[in-house]
Amino acid sequence: MNQSPTEKENIVASLYERLGGASAVDAAVDIFYRKMLADDRVSGYFDGTDMDRQIAKQKAFLTMAFGGPNKYTGKDMREGHKHLVARGLNSTHVDVVIEHLGTTLKELGVSAADIAEVAAIAEGARNDVLGR
Amino acid sequence: MTVRIAIGDACFASESDETVLDCLSRNGVSVPHACKSGVCHSCLMQVTDGEVPDAAQKGLKPTYKKQNLFLACQCKPEKDITVRLPDGAGLDTRALIVGKDMLNHNVMRLELRGEGSFACEPGQYITLINGDGLARSYSIANDPTKDGRIELHIRLLNDGQMSTFLKDRAAIGAFLTIRGPAGNCFYVREEGDAYPIVLAGTGTGLAPLYGITKQALASGHKGEVQLFHGALKDVDLYLVTQLQALAQEHPNFRYVPCVLKGDAGQFYQPGNIEEIVMAAMPAEKTRTRMFLCGAPEMVNALKRKAFLSGLASKHIFVDAFLPSQAAAAHPAP
Repeated sequence: MNQSPTEKENIVASLYERLGGASAVDAAVDIFYRKMLADDRVSGYFDGTDMDRQIAKQKAFLTMAFGGPNKYTGKDMREGHKHLVARGLNSTHVDVVIEHLGTTLKELGVSAADIAEVAAIAEGARNDVLGR
Repeated sequence: MTVRIAIGDACFASESDETVLDCLSRNGVSVPHACKSGVCHSCLMQVTDGEVPDAAQKGLKPTYKKQNLFLACQCKPEKDITVRLPDGAGLDTRALIVGKDMLNHNVMRLELRGEGSFACEPGQYITLINGDGLARSYSIANDPTKDGRIELHIRLLNDGQMSTFLKDRAAIGAFLTIRGPAGNCFYVREEGDAYPIVLAGTGTGLAPLYGITKQALASGHKGEVQLFHGALKDVDLYLVTQLQALAQEHPNFRYVPCVLKGDAGQFYQPGNIEEIVMAAMPAEKTRTRMFLCGAPEMVNALKRKAFLSGLASKHIFVDAFLPSQAAAAHPAP
């Protein structure tokens, strides 16, 4: 049976599907958030925040970075990080996020190529996060 | 954004960023409330015309949402709405006061018997509402399904409106209104239940933990159960003999009273409860379930430490005892 080009494309799993979808987000979120909280370079930005609410936010972020369905907009990113930028959040902190994202996925056995794809998506949010 | 909030024959313009609770209170409309954080559900109201934002219904049971109930303290309406106080049918129960006794110098046990069927899990909380509309939440320290008796531990505060009312004016044989239960800090029997459980609380944070502990042990929980109760001085501990007896009865249960201003060589461990708990954390981090109740600072600090040490976030159950908050127009005396 012949397949149209679009059907062929659909057979190739998306990044989100390859990573394992929502259950991959669940597996990654604790590891990722723990790395962030334990890292002095960024942990101060989480002082006084509610852990459960943060984990919900991190899940939304990971879903986006994994190429999954998300409702994140550039405006949300700007609004959500405005107060942190005022407290000194800069590009080096975004580097730390992408670094921990990579090591988290590596621990979960994700291929280097897929990690690079995730990093590229996260990279796309850099300017919005920093309000540039 | 200014919207109009109608209630009964009155209608008020809300100020920008104002909640329904604050707007009504500012205009002299009394709405029961306590935590102002969306936790205690004291300020439940019903919207009869218009819509409330999702945030105002967060954490409510589906049956409540269906009845258009919402939390006035979390509701910043985007459009004009008409609201009313719910009549309490299906929401509130009456409960008879059947017992009052002191557990230590400032903790009183209050025993209630709910009318009709009252289903809850030990560790959940209910809100008591008295005849003046004063509302406060208390955790359930026992399993009321056995004999219909609800056990609460009331910390008596010199300036505490509800605790003073309960101590001085609420007599055995009188009725109170109860709402709830709510909260998800309770024991759930799971397959392969040999996982370790760590419970830690300060003050009357012991109430839900006592209920959860007894529930787990009565359900035949096979894993190690450790209960840490933190107090400032030894006289602030309570239920010590009961918990020591429970530990005698169940080899997998360990009771550790912790006294911040304590001495060595006593029946308790002297020192900071956070350090004592972290030093005793089970090796099987990924399977351990943790329950934390009491002072928000201790609860949040231990939650973070436990998570960083390797516990899964979904295995940490907390009930932070938020202080009651006055609404805008009624500052606390």
